[in-house]
Amino acid sequence: MFDLELIIDSVPFLLRGAVYTVQVSVLAIVFGLVLGWLFGLAAVSGVAALRAVTGCYVQFIRGTPLLVQIFLIYFGLPVLGLNLPAYWCGVIALGLNSGGFQAEIVRAGIESIDRGQTEAARSIGMSRFQTLVFILVPQTIRRVIPPLTNELITLVKSSSLLSAIAALELTHAGQLIIARTFAPFEIYAAVALIYLVMVNVLSRASALLEKRVFVNY
Amino acid sequence: MAILRVEKLSKAFGTTLVLKDVSLSVDKGEILIIVGPSGSGKTTLLRCIQCLEFPDRGAIVLDGVSFGTGDGPDLRWRPDPPRVLDVKRRRVGFVFQRFNLFANLSALHNVTIGPHRVLGVPAAEARARAASLLERLGLGEHVGKLPSQLSGGQQQRVAIARALSMDPVLMLFDEPTSALDPELVDEVLQTMRELARSGMTMIVVTHELDFAREVGDRVIFMDGGRIVEAGRPAEVFSQPREERTRAFLRRLLRTGAPQLTPRDDQPPPGGETGPVIPGVDRRD
Repeated sequence: MFDLELIIDSVPFLLRGAVYTVQVSVLAIVFGLVLGWLFGLAAVSGVAALRAVTGCYVQFIRGTPLLVQIFLIYFGLPVLGLNLPAYWCGVIALGLNSGGFQAEIVRAGIESIDRGQTEAARSIGMSRFQTLVFILVPQTIRRVIPPLTNELITLVKSSSLLSAIAALELTHAGQLIIARTFAPFEIYAAVALIYLVMVNVLSRASALLEKRVFVNY
Repeated sequence: MAILRVEKLSKAFGTTLVLKDVSLSVDKGEILIIVGPSGSGKTTLLRCIQCLEFPDRGAIVLDGVSFGTGDGPDLRWRPDPPRVLDVKRRRVGFVFQRFNLFANLSALHNVTIGPHRVLGVPAAEARARAASLLERLGLGEHVGKLPSQLSGGQQQRVAIARALSMDPVLMLFDEPTSALDPELVDEVLQTMRELARSGMTMIVVTHELDFAREVGDRVIFMDGGRIVEAGRPAEVFSQPREERTRAFLRRLLRTGAPQLTPRDDQPPPGGETGPVIPGVDRRD
């Protein structure tokens, strides 16, 4: 019943898809981290205009399905005269999406730092900016590693939605094999296993970061 | 010569008036003690002096420099622009009830960051100065530790060092020992005693009456956002003129009695006839 040989034959093709998934995810993570910290810091900047822009961005990202956002990018950018391959559309869509959620994580992280830290910094004459850079952000980084890890795991798994725009990522690679072999269970089982391994590596790396790289205070 | 003048300071949180026309002045080298029940406005007064809280009306003048302006037609106090305020603030040191050491920085780094980042002192020089300051406060072996690895008393002494690192002309202490375990209070008070002896101008909000008597040049008693009584500690504590002061001291002695340290040759505090505070000689 369960065709193990088919799975073994499919592994090289699936791994090509996995490499694509990793590439898109890593790029989207970097993009999302940059956006997340920029918008997260904008949200606590005290500049009303920046706060408003961040609010709209976060509202839109949280209020619409990722699949719809992917279509908006994929079909919207050509209308604006920008023809990008599915690969880059995927990076942009996932990065924008993740950035919105990360902005909220960063904002909440900074706001969770005791007010006394800010007051002490201001009391020795540090500016708002210095307080942010030297006191609040370092303390926030460690505090947001667990929720950020969750967010990054979500991103890796959500990249499967890029199959809808025929990006050659892992899920789509699986679908192509299924179309040829009509063995959906075996292939999706293999696909699931590969996602599991990727996410596992990510959460282990994050745990290591939390314990070893950043001191516990 | 007054180094700090506070004039008719008022402050409300919502509809609650926490400071009502508070005026005071502090001379160079003077130690001013502020006592009063919680909610009397003493912490808010201290915070307003360093503009951690902005007053609604009034004036704050430190060493001839006015913090904010309150002389517009509507008399509302207005803060300085942020950059200006940052610069003015450096001249005042603030010691918090809950220490507020930077949790991500070592003791040494806590004391270095101000001079280095704010005053622009080169890193090596700032480090050397911070190390000798901590050494002087008996914290030499703790320089590399994070605040979470220090006792409350040690943390508060590092916090005092951090404030001193900016070379302030005035030090403000907001109940510096009330978050400490009783056995850790003395080391902090000792540090403050030495600071007072060195000629630093200080305003101290505290419930440590022994300390207030010994170190304080003047004490003010606040209640309901006003200064109710002021005078030399010996007078205010032994012969308070106002009933509210008497009632507060009675309460403080009843609840705070175990923390006071009676001298052998004096009877313990208490009794029906009113407050008797264990006498401690004034600073010699």
